[in-house]
Amino acid sequence: MADDKSKHYEGVLWAVHTLEYPYTRSVGQVIGSFLAGLKEGRVLGTRTASGRLLVPPSEFDPETGATLTELSDVADTGAITTWAWVTEPRAKHPLKHPFAWALVKLDGADTAMLHAVDAGDPARMKSGLRVKAKWREQRTGSINDIECFVPVEGAA
Amino acid sequence: MSEQKTIEPLKGIVTPISLDYTITPGQATARFLKGIMEGRILGQRCPKCRKVYMPPRGSCATCAVPTEEEVELSNRGTVTTFCIVNLPFYGQAVEIPYVCASIVLDGADLPFFSMIAEVPVEQVRMGMRVEAVWCEPSERRPSLESIKYFKPSGEPDMPYDSYKEHL
Repeated sequence: MADDKSKHYEGVLWAVHTLEYPYTRSVGQVIGSFLAGLKEGRVLGTRTASGRLLVPPSEFDPETGATLTELSDVADTGAITTWAWVTEPRAKHPLKHPFAWALVKLDGADTAMLHAVDAGDPARMKSGLRVKAKWREQRTGSINDIECFVPVEGAA
Repeated sequence: MSEQKTIEPLKGIVTPISLDYTITPGQATARFLKGIMEGRILGQRCPKCRKVYMPPRGSCATCAVPTEEEVELSNRGTVTTFCIVNLPFYGQAVEIPYVCASIVLDGADLPFFSMIAEVPVEQVRMGMRVEAVWCEPSERRPSLESIKYFKPSGEPDMPYDSYKEHL
């Protein structure tokens, strides 16, 4: 990194400065349950009055505004609805090589969740592509407990 | 997959947010920092109001004119105001209690912040005469941190009227 910048800032005094805010946030009952589920390798959603299952879970019903408390498991497999290919991942992206940001509608869910898809080649990406979560060995209760989604072998 | 199992919700998460900057100081500050590396404190005088800026900013904020005349300043100055820090906080670099002070160097017209050491905190006072304690030349960096702190110079205190314009 320093080498790139030395070239760019030739003859000019420069320095790297990182400004960091070390936030600790309370997450509430619903997101707290979702994160605890991820730690156990489960994906949880909330059920609305009309029977829709929201994943990731929402604390309130988007149709009625009612508080949502009923949690349900969904599968860790699903289908991509939309996607965007990242040719040059940035420092804080979840994968170091080219990947896709995608909305993944998990089996059993009625909404889609944003996550990374490690497809290797953008030619493999398409709406409807079947994917499966790649779980981390060490899980902490974070959306990153799912390292990424990968295409299911033999999927059309 | 839809059977409900009980789950104990997590209460909180740590989400540090960081912004990575590359900063360049501009001409006036670059010259000032070069001086710091040589153990010199270089201010700049406004051609109109004659005030000496330290650290220099390249222009006078009052007169809106460039400040090009360079003035080498003394290592000694006067404490105008100060604060004894007794509270620990995240990222604190120095052991408490310590003193942060506003110091106006001899020949300068603006005070700047530094620390006062080598004196019990309760003895620090307005008008106290202090002198800069520098890092070893090999440890100096282009930063005001190359002045470790100020210590009492032993000279008599300055009268309030002499620094009241610099509070």
